[in-house]
Amino acid sequence: MRLTSPSELSGTIRVRFFARYAELVGRTEAAVAVPLPATVGDVVQRVRAQLPGARDIPERPLAAVNLRHVKLDASVRDGDEVALLPPIAGG
Amino acid sequence: MTYLTRSPISLDALLAEVASPECGGTCVFLGTVRSGPEEHGVTAIEYSAYEEMVEEELGRIVAELGERWSGARVSLRHRLGVIGVGEASIAIVAAAGHRAQAFEACRYVIEEVKRRVPVWKRELRADGTAVWVDPSGRPSVRLSDRPTHV
Repeated sequence: MRLTSPSELSGTIRVRFFARYAELVGRTEAAVAVPLPATVGDVVQRVRAQLPGARDIPERPLAAVNLRHVKLDASVRDGDEVALLPPIAGG
Repeated sequence: MTYLTRSPISLDALLAEVASPECGGTCVFLGTVRSGPEEHGVTAIEYSAYEEMVEEELGRIVAELGERWSGARVSLRHRLGVIGVGEASIAIVAAAGHRAQAFEACRYVIEEVKRRVPVWKRELRADGTAVWVDPSGRPSVRLSDRPTHV
């Protein structure tokens, strides 16, 4: 998933999956390379395009960056942890 | 502070954590695993979580509590793993100077948990099936409604 152009700035995002989303993709995390600048939405788009099973994750899932809820237009930086969260059902 | 446990929740321990001579009211909320007619024969619920974020988010909720109700004290635990019908999955104890603040603080914590804390449950049913619970059919946190935490 590395970019082909070495001159282009890229970042590697640690993407984590939980509950039903983890079942869909058959894993709990993945390292995803994205050209920077990028948003959480860009990461979601990459995940859905590249990981088998990820098409069934909604286009606009609930998401967190580095343990905080964010909107999909939030920016990401190299090394960030992006979590895709199924609908919350705690309590 | 760890708010998560895989063992049965001890209410006595939570009560002890908030006990204070300055608190005249203590409110307890227990969320328990239910198996009513609409649950299709649930025998247990398996809870899982984004554990690191649960700790952070609950910490933020507890901090907000102190800003909203000065002097309020709260302790809580959310249980993970397989929990049988009738057992508690969450316990919240809120204590304050007076009962109104204790009730309000306790209510605030459970409602914020429901909206923000990344925990998931899978119903284990008597027919051998297991179903992820989606309370809303859509993401349950609408960030546009919650600008202070974006």
